[in-house]
Amino acid sequence: MSLIVSTSPHLRSRTDTASIMRDVVIALVPAVIAAVVIFGLRSLLVVAVCVAAAVLTEFLYEKGCKLPVTVGDWSAVVTGVILACNLPVTIPLWQAAFGSIVAILVVKQLFGGLGRNFANPAIVGRIVLFLSFSKTMTAWVFPDAVSTATPLAVMAAGGKLPGLLDMFLGVKGGCLGEVSVLALLIGFVYLLVRQVITWHTPVAFVGTVFVLSWLLGGDVLYALNQIMAGGLMLGAVFMATDYATTPSTNSGRLIFGLGCGILTVLIRQWGSYAEGVSFAILFMNILTPYISKWTRTKPFGGVKA
Amino acid sequence: MAQRKLHGVHVPHRKHTADLAAVDMGCPAMVTIPMSMHIGAPAKPLVKAGDTVTVGQRIAEVGGFVSSPVHASVSGKVKRIEDVLISSGRKVPAIVIESDGLMTRCPDLKPPVIENQADFLQALTDSGIVGLGGAGFPTQVKLTVKNLSQIEAVIVNGAECEPYITSDTRTMLDNPKLVLEGARLLQKYLEVKRIIFAIEDNKPQCIAKMQEMCRQETGMEVASLPAMYPQGGEKVLIYHTIGRVVPEGKLPLDAGAIVINVTTLASIARYVRYGIPLVKKCVTVDGGAVKTPKNVIAPIGTPMADVFAFCDGFVKEPKKVLYGGPMMGIAVPDLNQPILKNTNAILALDEEEAKLPPTTACIKCGRCIAHCPLNLMPAEIEAAYERQDVEALAELKVNICMECGCCSFICPARRPLVQTNKLAKAQVMAYLKAKQAKEAAKK
Repeated sequence: MSLIVSTSPHLRSRTDTASIMRDVVIALVPAVIAAVVIFGLRSLLVVAVCVAAAVLTEFLYEKGCKLPVTVGDWSAVVTGVILACNLPVTIPLWQAAFGSIVAILVVKQLFGGLGRNFANPAIVGRIVLFLSFSKTMTAWVFPDAVSTATPLAVMAAGGKLPGLLDMFLGVKGGCLGEVSVLALLIGFVYLLVRQVITWHTPVAFVGTVFVLSWLLGGDVLYALNQIMAGGLMLGAVFMATDYATTPSTNSGRLIFGLGCGILTVLIRQWGSYAEGVSFAILFMNILTPYISKWTRTKPFGGVKA
Repeated sequence: MAQRKLHGVHVPHRKHTADLAAVDMGCPAMVTIPMSMHIGAPAKPLVKAGDTVTVGQRIAEVGGFVSSPVHASVSGKVKRIEDVLISSGRKVPAIVIESDGLMTRCPDLKPPVIENQADFLQALTDSGIVGLGGAGFPTQVKLTVKNLSQIEAVIVNGAECEPYITSDTRTMLDNPKLVLEGARLLQKYLEVKRIIFAIEDNKPQCIAKMQEMCRQETGMEVASLPAMYPQGGEKVLIYHTIGRVVPEGKLPLDAGAIVINVTTLASIARYVRYGIPLVKKCVTVDGGAVKTPKNVIAPIGTPMADVFAFCDGFVKEPKKVLYGGPMMGIAVPDLNQPILKNTNAILALDEEEAKLPPTTACIKCGRCIAHCPLNLMPAEIEAAYERQDVEALAELKVNICMECGCCSFICPARRPLVQTNKLAKAQVMAYLKAKQAKEAAKK
């Protein structure tokens, strides 16, 4: 009889990296369903292409570099789905795939793979596409194939917005996964219940945008429209809560959310882009090491050296 | 704003043996009794090969101030004194006794005569009792308090927060009167004003029993604590019962508290009443590989193999065998390892339970930080350790880590965080010592 000798603990919780990533994918399902309902089946095609490109890129890179293949941890799937949610349904498929390749290859793998990247891969993928293919990235088409403007563009131009209920359900122009606030909130609740994320960043992020918009815009309706428009909900729930690129303490997460909120409002109010969420998160990603340093926990009974 | 409760993790309870009263396994053929079953200096053997010994006879004396004597747990003949490897990695002498199967009691055993605190402490020394919750700190040393008014409360640790283990549960249910007597001894000789029996709320029978015991007493109370690992950790227990923080590098007494394990307390009372030193131990025998999990009373020094055999052996091949629970227990290399004074459980895990999960990359989820009872940052400690930054490790206070294992338990990437903490601790201790020496030299 040979016995295994290892250090304690000899018991592990059931949650592992793959189950966490799978939970994030499950939490995104309502948003994808909403996209199919609102924009049609092509949404699914975009999601499939993004996921396939992300997983394949990771697989080929790791094979090529003779690294252990980690596609089984579902993290590339998460990146693919989130990137797809950040694209308009009409995006040419090769562009969608290109976004995934940039996200996985440049942002994730070249920085050392899972957990070592400093910026959110999906966000950089989105920004690269946005800057490279501005035309297709802002071609907002409604289900009836009528071109439309996003609520943020409408607000900037001073036009007429969809009603609050339509804003909430997602009957409006926008990226395929960002439009339905309802679907995103269902995903948020799921992630909270499964303890995948904490409430701190999303609540601080959305709360800050709400309060600042109210102060700057002067009325509640405007503030409500601001928090339901654009990529705010998607960003706050799914991208500003990415583990590797955000602080790992709750106080740090509050600061991160607050910073994201302030930057989003600044860009939306005074920037030349209608949308500010992805730039705000990317900027805060870069600040994360500093926030982490400022928000270290205080050891119990610890005495200053 | 003060933190109301310390963090921890929810572990599966698996207290399969909670309702099983402890059964005496009888006499093993041979016992191996190491001279170091406690923290401190090893005991010095008083016998040599060929000597005849009886149960309860002192076979080794204290080897220093922090030390504990050792008594024969069976009657028979000393076969040899040999060096054995103990779980700390040190080699210490062990007395091997071949049993004559009679369990003849040492004729000199009689209850100690106690008139004052000094007598009481001497009795504790003679009893060979050490902290039975796991640490094995000699009890007389812990209870040697110069200024008795410093003790605001004694917290009797019946939390038993490790999965599987129910030996303290059985102490409270099988010997509640001994527990009570032990508490009265503390009131009498250490002038303790407040005694708190701290029990996790997953043991309602124990809570009810101890409440019943306390009803007629003054200065005794029961604290029902939520079942949370590591509720039974000393610093955690003190904070959750009397709200005091034990500062880094200080003793519980500096926060006005003494924490004593409930079985230790009962053993003290047993010695004072009957004069029987610590020669037997109730151990929980469980784990997926064990056929009939039980609570077994075994003579100290009994090989684990005999105790497992008393539980009808194995249903599956054991792949990992532990002293203690799965969170802090120590894995042993073979089944010849003896039952020690501070052994409260032996677990034989089957293949499924013993499987070592593959370690993957840290995803920086922060779970280790959110669940550390002492608010440490295991992920950052690991990073600092990997770059061998001792200064950063000292700043991160890895030296106060109690090695409870919450961080490793909760880590979704299955990283060996507590193992890294242990390695880092040693480096920080050496670093702090060198720093102190340097500062002393300056003065």
